[in-house]
Amino acid sequence: MGVIEFQNVDKVFGPRETGFRALQDINLEIRDKEFVAIVGPSGCGKTTCLRMVAGFENATDGIVSVDGTPIKRPGPDRAVVFQQFALFPWKSVYDNIDLGLRNLNVGRSEREARIAAILDLMNLTQYAKHFPHQLSGGMQQRVAIARAYVLDPDVLLMDEPFGALDAQTRVVMQEELVRLARKNPRTVLFITHAVEEAVYLADRVAIMTRAPGRIKEVLDVASIRNAENWDSQEKIEDVMDLESFVHLRTHIWRSLREEKAAQHS
Amino acid sequence: MQKQISFGQSLTLGLLGLLGFIGLWHGLALSGLISSVFLPSPLEVYDRFSTLTERRFAGATLPGHLAASFERFAYGFILAALIGIPLGLLMGWYQILDEIVSPLFDALRFVAPIAWVPFAALWFGTGIGGPIMIIFAGAFPPCVINAYRGAKFVDPRLIEAANMLGTPSHRVIREILLPSSVPSIISGLRVSAGLGWQSLVGAELIVASAGVGYMMVQGQANVSTTTVMAGMVAIGLVGLTLDSALRLAERMIQNRRGLEH
Repeated sequence: MGVIEFQNVDKVFGPRETGFRALQDINLEIRDKEFVAIVGPSGCGKTTCLRMVAGFENATDGIVSVDGTPIKRPGPDRAVVFQQFALFPWKSVYDNIDLGLRNLNVGRSEREARIAAILDLMNLTQYAKHFPHQLSGGMQQRVAIARAYVLDPDVLLMDEPFGALDAQTRVVMQEELVRLARKNPRTVLFITHAVEEAVYLADRVAIMTRAPGRIKEVLDVASIRNAENWDSQEKIEDVMDLESFVHLRTHIWRSLREEKAAQHS
Repeated sequence: MQKQISFGQSLTLGLLGLLGFIGLWHGLALSGLISSVFLPSPLEVYDRFSTLTERRFAGATLPGHLAASFERFAYGFILAALIGIPLGLLMGWYQILDEIVSPLFDALRFVAPIAWVPFAALWFGTGIGGPIMIIFAGAFPPCVINAYRGAKFVDPRLIEAANMLGTPSHRVIREILLPSSVPSIISGLRVSAGLGWQSLVGAELIVASAGVGYMMVQGQANVSTTTVMAGMVAIGLVGLTLDSALRLAERMIQNRRGLEH
């Protein structure tokens, strides 16, 4: 199971009274196997939310929990895909993916099988012995996703994973992620500032205000997606052409624009 | 704006510089402005150099002296690496150790290797321990400093990734921290080898037999300037070879990780 809960979460960097207040009173529940995207202006604290679930940061007040247990430290049950890939440059693709499984004390033959399967799924089989620097950005991120997925985590945390990729690669990765997520669903918390990406990928989209970040609004995308049968479209551009998609996207844009305007005032 | 210089051009320019220098030297020697006791011509030095490769002087041929020197250097250098690298790494990873050791280390490292000669002579007389101590004094600081830098400046995102993957401490050290520090360590070894080898002549002031430095001192005592200069050339050539070999190792490691862009 992978239920994420933010209960009355505040986050202040630095001293409690005078430090930088990144998050204010965050309440959000992400259900098991639900794909939730958080969008918001830069610096709104959305990455901080992810880092608290990951165990890299602690809440100043309130509780961040998975399946009812408050989070204390990072772990393979909450696998992270980083924006800058964070692959180990001295390890081959195979070894990068292998490390997490070895840490879980998985036996050799099972490791080999699982890695072969994920490499196949991500179209990386012929690159198993390559090193990260020999691969393009998109492929490196595929390796990072494979590294996370192979652990069969309850929760997948993706921190602007396509932010460092060029526009074309980004689109390809989004389509792949959708395929992966539908085939192999699990709880996903996805951080992005790209609204279309969020609407395309997520079951629900949470909109954050500017710092100190609050959850402004949560939109249910899945019901619209299912009602309008987005999944019947093969290509991303066909989905993004649909009126229901455009409507949602524009609504979120407007909401974010308010935040940006207030930020600069 | 600088035009890109090709490898061929670079080689030619380097050779020109070298030949120009030798030409200047030769001219100066022939001109009679400086007595040949102080400045023998390049040809005389070359002549002496080849003689020394076959005939003994001060107890051994030039290769024989070089072998003795290199043995002392090897012991001192390897000892410096075996102690310095782990120490530097541990200081980089554990702040407490850094705080404890740094002041002492910083104080000692400015004592030049040659300043250790009297101390080494008192400890070891003319035994092999003397030169080893002095070469160690030269080779030790770069090993520590570069290992320290390598350990301290590991990409924190890689540590986060390792933690996220549930990596236990011993594995983090062996498979993340250590490999991450390798490029720095190799750089350190290169600098360390250079400094250690340079400390050689100073080290050999207190030996009783064999070694290039010893040979040079004997050459000086016999007023054989060509011997002295032949020794300098030999030291330079070996030092250059060592440095080139380690540079190659550095580059191979960088290529493997795609660090050389």
